[in-house]
Amino acid sequence: MSDRPLVSIKGLTRVFDVSKPWLNRVIERLPKRFLTAVSDVSFDIPARTTYALVGESGSGKSTIGKMVVGLLPPSEGHVTIEGVDLATEKDPAVIDRIRTDIQMIFQDPFASLNPRWKVRDIITEPVGARGGDTRGLAERLLEQVGLSAEDAGKYPHQFSGGQRQRLCVARALASEPKLIVCDEPTSALDVSVQAQVLNLMTDLKEEHGLTYLFISHDLTVVRHMADRIGVLYLGRLVEEAAPEDLFTRPAHPYTAMLIDAAPKLDAFGREVIPPEGEIPDPIDPPKGCAFHPRCPLAIDRCTAVRPKLEPFGAGRVACHRAGEITLENAA
Amino acid sequence: MTRSSPVLSLRGLTVDIPTRHGTLRPVDDVSWDIAKGEILGVVGESGAGKSMTGNAVIGLLDPPAHISGGEVLLEGQRIDNLPLREMRRIRGKRIGMVFQDPLTSLNPLLTVGDQLAETILRHLPVSESEARARAVRGLDEVGIPAAKDRMGAYPHEFSGGMRQRVVIALALCAEPTLLIADEPTTALDVSVQAQIIALLKRLCRERGMAAMLVTHDMGVIAETADRVAVMYAGRLAEIGPVAQIVGSPRHPYTDGLMASTPAASAGQARLRQIPGNMPRLTRLPAGCAFHPRCPRAQDVCRHDPGPKVGVADARAACFFPIESEEDAA
Repeated sequence: MSDRPLVSIKGLTRVFDVSKPWLNRVIERLPKRFLTAVSDVSFDIPARTTYALVGESGSGKSTIGKMVVGLLPPSEGHVTIEGVDLATEKDPAVIDRIRTDIQMIFQDPFASLNPRWKVRDIITEPVGARGGDTRGLAERLLEQVGLSAEDAGKYPHQFSGGQRQRLCVARALASEPKLIVCDEPTSALDVSVQAQVLNLMTDLKEEHGLTYLFISHDLTVVRHMADRIGVLYLGRLVEEAAPEDLFTRPAHPYTAMLIDAAPKLDAFGREVIPPEGEIPDPIDPPKGCAFHPRCPLAIDRCTAVRPKLEPFGAGRVACHRAGEITLENAA
Repeated sequence: MTRSSPVLSLRGLTVDIPTRHGTLRPVDDVSWDIAKGEILGVVGESGAGKSMTGNAVIGLLDPPAHISGGEVLLEGQRIDNLPLREMRRIRGKRIGMVFQDPLTSLNPLLTVGDQLAETILRHLPVSESEARARAVRGLDEVGIPAAKDRMGAYPHEFSGGMRQRVVIALALCAEPTLLIADEPTTALDVSVQAQIIALLKRLCRERGMAAMLVTHDMGVIAETADRVAVMYAGRLAEIGPVAQIVGSPRHPYTDGLMASTPAASAGQARLRQIPGNMPRLTRLPAGCAFHPRCPRAQDVCRHDPGPKVGVADARAACFFPIESEEDAA
């Protein structure tokens, strides 16, 4: 496995059936309704790098994360991890091996830890469930994530939010994974605690050679963590680039809008001209480019033809007028 | 006081919560003024007492929490000791409130038009039809398109950003002089957040309304507030004009807080972090509550809470504040 990316995603699509119950459909003569949460998304994550997905609510970033770890089957397309597609692989031994390589950290550290379990049991479960050796494991991992070995006998409620997120990180590390999918890992935390957790994740990445799929809505966090950033809008990848390129020379008008709208520390009294409109209804998305109703550069072609994601500079962008946008407030 | 009489004055506001394990003090001796048309940003991490301060001002503390000391003055009138009935008349009429989650602040069973009209009728001496006309104007002012047609819509028919606009319209419909906004944009996407921030700034400017904006987001504060109050473990750590607080913080906690935002350390491999956690109220350290985490702490910090801030000229509640270059010069 020399140059093969650890994770390869091809044409990933997920459609949810959001129809009303059949009786209502019969009586009210309603058609079935489908919500396309993720549509034809393709990207690769090379080993030992951090790939970040950013987007606003409803952009499909969490749905992609769930499909990567196998919590949701894709409607179309493939997620290949180390050359294995978990959705179609038949050999249970292979599936088992790949599954131990993937872990996930969720947003809410209060909901993702079982309140009735001791920390030791929570952390060692991923290993114990496969019959692995768990002696001293919890204590060792706790010290690695900056907690103390004595904490193994405590319950989750005895920890603060940041400490709980450290517990989630320790649990994710227990099975010695290669890939960790982090879905908004610091959104529920205060900034000073967020800094601690982000630094911890950076250190662990170096020590363990981890690969992260980092899902977040916070551009500043993403800029700090990512080696490559994918911007999602309404379930489609609209731009992909390295952080510095993306933040200094965004090629897609949506990316530029996001960067301009994000509050900045040095912008006191800045008179922002806020972006207009909101994310449209994903059940009935606009024709052509989904961003055209809010786009300052939209031309007739944008309302009719959906732009393809094509190489642009060192990245990829899906826009008929790629590269023509400039930042209002240079970052 | 050099400023003309402030809209809101806190004088040593203290909130206590008696518990079986002793009395907790989530707000400890907080003093500040907010002038007409001014936006005071209140920042701090969870547990710093910022929401509790807001709730104390509008008299919405959940028992057994209660104001145990100090005064709250609204346009010179003391309001912290008013009976419940009089406080109710002030709430909504003279003080508007916007909370974090727009869905829980609206009644899901009433149309937004009814909710607005009800609030207006309760506080202002107008007829039913005048109240509805004002409600339409209110919705229009906060930027809801086709306001007249949307009067009959229920809260669930609005998107998150539009719902927060409705909540703001509701808070403003009786033309309050003070708005307390508790994390008004935390539940919203960045593009919608920018819209709500611009709206709040415009309304404060146009109406000369004072606002207390509680948030944990430094970016939002930097962009919105005129002055900033930084709270730590119930106490006011530092207060001053936004450019000073963000640009040259004096209190080591403010400094650490600013430095730990990812935006502040762009291009660095590691973020600067403040060691440790905010202390629990049950186990507050003696002296300055920040001293166990403070790089500048000395012996005196361990038993003396430090200088008072808020009313006099002192900016930071710290014995060893960080001196910026301008000060030294």
